Amino acid sequence: MIEFDSVTKVYPDGTTAIEDISFTVEEGTTTVLVGPSGCGKTTTMRLVNRLEEPTDGAVYFDGENTRSVDEIELRRNIGYVIQEIGLFDHMTVGENIATVPELKGWDEARIDDRIDELLELMALPREFRDQYPTELSGGQRQRVGVARALAADPDVLLMDEPFGALDPITRDDLQDEFLAIQDRINTTIIFVTHSINEALKMGDKIAIFDVGEIVQYDTPHEILANPATEFVEDFIGENRLLKQLSITPVSDVMDPVEAHADQFDDVGGTAAAADGGERLSDPPSPSTDLRSSFITLLEADRSMSPVVEDGEVVGVITESGIRSHFRDGTEGA
Amino acid sequence: MTTLLASPIAMLPALVAEYVDFAATHFDELVVLTIQHALLAADTIAIAVPIAVTLGVATTYDDRAATVILWLAGIAMTIPSLALFGLLIPFLGIGSPPVIFALVLYSQLPVIRNTYVGLTKIDEATLSAGRGLGMTRRQRLRRIQLPIAMPVILAGVRNAVVIVIGVAAVGAYVGADGLGEYIFEGIRTGNTTMIVVATIAVSLLALAVDYTFGVVEQYLRLRNGETIDQALGTRFLTTLLSVRNTHQ
Repeated sequence: MIEFDSVTKVYPDGTTAIEDISFTVEEGTTTVLVGPSGCGKTTTMRLVNRLEEPTDGAVYFDGENTRSVDEIELRRNIGYVIQEIGLFDHMTVGENIATVPELKGWDEARIDDRIDELLELMALPREFRDQYPTELSGGQRQRVGVARALAADPDVLLMDEPFGALDPITRDDLQDEFLAIQDRINTTIIFVTHSINEALKMGDKIAIFDVGEIVQYDTPHEILANPATEFVEDFIGENRLLKQLSITPVSDVMDPVEAHADQFDDVGGTAAAADGGERLSDPPSPSTDLRSSFITLLEADRSMSPVVEDGEVVGVITESGIRSHFRDGTEGA
Repeated sequence: MTTLLASPIAMLPALVAEYVDFAATHFDELVVLTIQHALLAADTIAIAVPIAVTLGVATTYDDRAATVILWLAGIAMTIPSLALFGLLIPFLGIGSPPVIFALVLYSQLPVIRNTYVGLTKIDEATLSAGRGLGMTRRQRLRRIQLPIAMPVILAGVRNAVVIVIGVAAVGAYVGADGLGEYIFEGIRTGNTTMIVVATIAVSLLALAVDYTFGVVEQYLRLRNGETIDQALGTRFLTTLLSVRNTHQ
């Protein structure tokens, strides 16, 4: 969908932001560009909607060199969210969201419906439509920012540290919500962050930047399991195993129910087990991450737990299962 | 009529009575002159603001142009009004035209300067978002910069209006309508009361217009999401216009 072909960007003052970068962003995936500040990740993102022009090399959008496309037209087909949000404070929330559809000349009724649709998507109350952005909290403002970026149903969404200025709790909520939204809209997303944890959480693919170059471009699992260089290892930081647990869903590790049928007094649906521990009030589901499932096991003092989905036991997660999964997957982590 | 030796304070009640009496007996004529004065100022502003805002926008495109334009507008303000009227009469005749021309010139500096400041002080993130969403430079100017700069531009206009109302009084010397007629007639006939009453009327007009513009400016600031201490008139205006929210 988006292809960087040996792209170099040198600023007029002589600083080289990125040098000879090549990578491809697949359609419908979220690619996170992550690295310390000044590594060129934001510049790389801004090359996509031509807020920056490459000094050398080319960026292709759907196989077409972006330089041969009208930049205004290009930007209207690419959503853009920035850390500072940049809402238009003199316009209502509705008018803010309507920006790109209006620029594209949609008719009023269509814009009107679209605003309501987006407010709902971003879990914002309908009354916000006629309010001004300054009346909203930081988290609500960024929801409007995302809604505005998605308004004209762009093929690609660029997000430059979108949750960076929010408090940790709001950030976490928005990340979770955004992951859910992303499943529904299936847009190709390029996401810039300096936080490896955010990258691991949000990305299907992660490009780790050192100064001006990509040192590893891989899935979160692969990056955690096999960091390509010492820089990547340092950047991931401590608790690599814990981070792996956080991004691995229970479904990757769970055993079929039949394998443990004798251990449960009622496989048919309740979460009670016969291994001596406490009864689980909130058993994990297949999409729960291993870290919280593991904590659930520890807290209940149990070695295994049923995995429940829609009131049905669909599998069994065991402590030994988790252990052996990571013994196979990593060495010495 | 006046006693030179009497202390001015002791004379004040008598003077005030005299002014009130004059204002009452000449009320109709004063109202007409005030309206003429206000219309002259309004004509001036109607011509001056579009020119000044255009020039102000131009200044944001080029730093060198900005220096030259602001410098020329500054020079224009230093030309004495009487001299300027005199210079313009051969081209524009007597009466309102040379006066309006001169006043348009005098109102340029505050409006150009405030337009420049208003357009350039806008939050970088807001402009960056506009650019990233695919607005052309003109669309950014029309949809973002000008609306956000509007209160600041209006403050410049407000400044200009007060200057214009004051200087317009001098225009009567070359035959323009307005309260200046009373002032010059007062000078000619040695009628101090006439001068004082006309001057007070000029000041009251300037204050009233200034206040009105101030209220509109505050209203625009509120609309732009700024937090300010509201004047009484602003509170009244916002209450009056709050139907906007429930209406849309």
